[in-house]
Amino acid sequence: MIANLGLGILLVTFIVTVYSAVTAAASNPKGLARLLRSLPSLRAKRFADELEKLETPQRAASMAESARRAMLLTFPLLTITSLLLIYLLVNDHYEVQFVYEVTSRSMPTYLKITAWWGGQAGSLLFWSWLMSAFASLVTLRKWDRDREFLPWVIFVSCVTLAFFVGMTAFFENPFRVFYQTETGVEAHFFQPANSTPFTPEDGRGLNPLLRHPGMIIHPPLLYLGFVSYVIPFAFAIAALITGRTDDRWIRLTRRWSLWAWLFLTFGLVLGGRWAYDVLGWGGYWGWDPVEIAAFMPWLTGTAFLHSVMIQEKRGMLKHWNMLLIILTYDLVIFGTFLTRSGVLSSVHAFAQSAIGPLFFIYIAITLIVSVALVIYRWGELKSETEMNSLLSREALFLFNNLLFMSILVVCFWGVIYPLTSELFTGSKVTVGPAFYERANGPLFAGLMFLMGIAPLSAWGHSTVKTLGRAMWLPTVAAVLVTIAIFVTYTHNVYALIGFFLVAFVILITLYEYWRGSRARMKIHSENIFTAFWNLTARDRRRYGGYIVHISMMLMAIGILGIELFQMETQGTLEVGQQKSIGGYDVVYKDIARFTGPDGREVTRAVLSIYRGQEYLGDLHPRIDYYWDSQQSMTIPGQRATMKDDLYILLVNWEPAAATGATFKIYVNPLVNWLWMGSLLFLIGIIIAAWPDKDPERIAVRAGRRARQASAAD
Amino acid sequence: MTETTPSRRAVPLWIQIVIWVFLAGLLALVALGLSRRQQGTVQPGEVIDDFSLTFYSGYELDGKTEIKFSDLRGKVVVLNFWASWCKPCEQEAADLQQAWTEYAPTGEVVFLGVDYVDTEADARVYLKKFGITYANGADLATRISQYFRIKGVPETYFVDKEGVLRYVQIGPFSDVDQIREQIDLLLK
Amino acid sequence: MKAMIRAGKIRNSKYAVFLLILLLISSILVFNSSVSAQGPAPTDDDVNKIAKKLFCPVCENTPLDVCPTEACRQWREQIRQMLIEGKTEDEIIQYFIDTYGVRASGDPPNKIASYLIPVTAILLGTALLLRALQMWKKPKAAESTVPAGEAKQVHQDEYFNKLEDELKKRK
Repeated sequence: MIANLGLGILLVTFIVTVYSAVTAAASNPKGLARLLRSLPSLRAKRFADELEKLETPQRAASMAESARRAMLLTFPLLTITSLLLIYLLVNDHYEVQFVYEVTSRSMPTYLKITAWWGGQAGSLLFWSWLMSAFASLVTLRKWDRDREFLPWVIFVSCVTLAFFVGMTAFFENPFRVFYQTETGVEAHFFQPANSTPFTPEDGRGLNPLLRHPGMIIHPPLLYLGFVSYVIPFAFAIAALITGRTDDRWIRLTRRWSLWAWLFLTFGLVLGGRWAYDVLGWGGYWGWDPVEIAAFMPWLTGTAFLHSVMIQEKRGMLKHWNMLLIILTYDLVIFGTFLTRSGVLSSVHAFAQSAIGPLFFIYIAITLIVSVALVIYRWGELKSETEMNSLLSREALFLFNNLLFMSILVVCFWGVIYPLTSELFTGSKVTVGPAFYERANGPLFAGLMFLMGIAPLSAWGHSTVKTLGRAMWLPTVAAVLVTIAIFVTYTHNVYALIGFFLVAFVILITLYEYWRGSRARMKIHSENIFTAFWNLTARDRRRYGGYIVHISMMLMAIGILGIELFQMETQGTLEVGQQKSIGGYDVVYKDIARFTGPDGREVTRAVLSIYRGQEYLGDLHPRIDYYWDSQQSMTIPGQRATMKDDLYILLVNWEPAAATGATFKIYVNPLVNWLWMGSLLFLIGIIIAAWPDKDPERIAVRAGRRARQASAAD
Repeated sequence: MTETTPSRRAVPLWIQIVIWVFLAGLLALVALGLSRRQQGTVQPGEVIDDFSLTFYSGYELDGKTEIKFSDLRGKVVVLNFWASWCKPCEQEAADLQQAWTEYAPTGEVVFLGVDYVDTEADARVYLKKFGITYANGADLATRISQYFRIKGVPETYFVDKEGVLRYVQIGPFSDVDQIREQIDLLLK
Repeated sequence: MKAMIRAGKIRNSKYAVFLLILLLISSILVFNSSVSAQGPAPTDDDVNKIAKKLFCPVCENTPLDVCPTEACRQWREQIRQMLIEGKTEDEIIQYFIDTYGVRASGDPPNKIASYLIPVTAILLGTALLLRALQMWKKPKAAESTVPAGEAKQVHQDEYFNKLEDELKKRK
């Protein structure tokens, strides 16, 4: 019953999204007519004339309004659908295939709810739900200044939404119900003839890897990031179609892209933390295709974040920004596809469903149409000013974009290479982390270097002299820091280069802060704290951005630490025996096997940690075996300090065998800086992205001024 | 606002061509790659290409340590992919062996065990444990499994006397009758 | 029902690793073999050092040293045996590639194709960017730029001007 209701509402939602998209497009016949004119056919031109006659202001307004309301309707509809699914999940309705696949009786209620995004069908619904929420938010804003954008923003959002809702409704429907037929148990929407309903006793249970708190909020954050990038894309397409190709669309979506970036970045970091805590391989990032799929839109998104500033300040790079946001959008769809379908990560999990080809066709169509639009508007997207100096900030931002794109190329190639190799040579290959690290290492170093000098260079013009004057002091300090590290910590060349760059960026950024504050102190006779505060408040995007830069450097410390200095050892210990690594002595004390709260079998070891004579505490690595899904998880015992993490895995223990237990022990230096950095990142990005009181008016005024200023100089 | 009307300068044709060719190439590459990954196993009706299989000593076929698949024309071939680490394989191991003992005397049927991603030592323990006597060998460099595009183990392929694939069993057999049924169809 | 269970077949078999009996047998085997071997037995660390560079097709993209499946455990045992036999790291990796196909190695076999294409793409991008910069940086642009700091020398602190300029532009 409830499953049928859910199915019904899902179908209605699909119709509503299609209606909204069609109406939105039809409300602006002039826009369509203009596009038609560009086609070489005469008939298209005549048809365009007819279309233009259709447009009357009233009709346009009422149709756009109708489309807007239809779009607003999708959110409550999808909310009801989702609530119905959650109801089924929470109440053990195992006759529903999706519920059977992702829950079991022993799971606590909160996990049954989060199982919503634990399987393919549910996560597509979740994606659609978030998308409709964001689309609704956008249409709720005041539109009076940007009437012409509205229909096309609705159009793009609804096409995207229709695609995902359609996918959920027709191909990956979470509301299929089991029926016992002559040939066996099958899942159907409606009861087939000669069949009886069938309810399994218990479900298969959620994949234990997804039962971790990190996994509960990692997918939603990642999806939030994915979904919010649809909005800037929608505005970009609206700008292309309407021909209003100034930087209005960028100003309108600036905060959207900042929030999208916030969610995406934090989603990625949380994914790393989850891997560190759950996957039991001592690391946080393995260059797995699924991870890279989420990383690629981040790369283009970050490049976009920087290059839009050039367009705002200097009126340049309009084509490039369009291409970047288009790329980001399609990588978001591609990422959703890869993370969900498992087409690359594992052949085994991938059933032959229609969703793969459909995703691909959708990506191909959107990519081709968007690129065609950019080419069509090419002339109107011309730069308004010239590039003056290779050391100007805009030039440095361009190099930054180049590096981000290069990393994208490496990642994309790494993901796609096994596919092509299989195609041409017939044999499968593996692209391991070594490839990515080798190829991306220098690129990341380049990015860090740019992060250091770009804030010091001025828009329009900088010379070696002005730059040198600004940075000699921090550079000398960074060299001193590096020498200190050389003497006390490491002689590893890569590490020294890395640490030098980290010090370089942090010191320059702090120096910038200090000079800004000092200038304010002089002119406004403020004390240092007020000056610092006001400086940040006056230009939150800039100084929030600096905090983000510093946070990235803290993360870089963690990454350098674990990548270059990780130590590991493995061995079988008997009770009372010890193993030493990285200054720690680990003594195996005890082990026990018992049944955990949700029916899992827990094998938990106790190890005492010493440094020399000093007792530092006990660690409890364990293996959880889940009977319902017949999978096990290896949960490490961790002791985290800013210097290093001691990370112990229980590899193997047999109660019957008297051979002791096998442990794998890692020392992960500096990795905590990574997590600390991510918290600072959150602060920085919130400072930059927090809505102004009246973002609209300020943005317009600022835009006009900036343009006047740049026209003047 | 400097709303200068920019000169409508279109993209040069050659650049447009380059862009579209590049885009089409990229999409085609991804499409081909994905579609290959999406393909199921080799389908019934296809003629199986030749491949060679080297047997574990003690598990040879008629005393030969290595055979070419084409040598088996005129016989019904039951090709079973398995591995010693594979639990579901154990379910069907005894059934396969029983079917083999039934059909071996006819001389018209050949059973081939193809050991997928396994070490020989473990494979021998497994073969001994289930008393398997039909020919078995390792899937060297996973060439055979890649040709058949197997999705996992166990999978069993029934090839008729003309070398045409007739039936694919994915997952373990539930009983020996299932195996008999397929072989009898091909012997007719 | 069968169909559904089938879908989970591989998963189950992957994680069947932890089924106790097999592990028991294997650990005893390990114990015996290492005891009977001559010379110092290879440690787990020696095995993992090589395993890090290998990937088992059963669990794609998970390095062998951390992969928990039974198949991977067998592979690690194979490495240990080969170490006992005195094989070098390169020999062992080559053996795995020969026996299980090129995908057993984490490094793509065709180095040229795997590195050349991204490197070419990046170089091409750099060339394009430099060309674009050259086009933008036309000589006529030279006369239009006077650094903001030098234009107004009212205050001594040139930086301060720039800063306030920037701040004004923004708000």
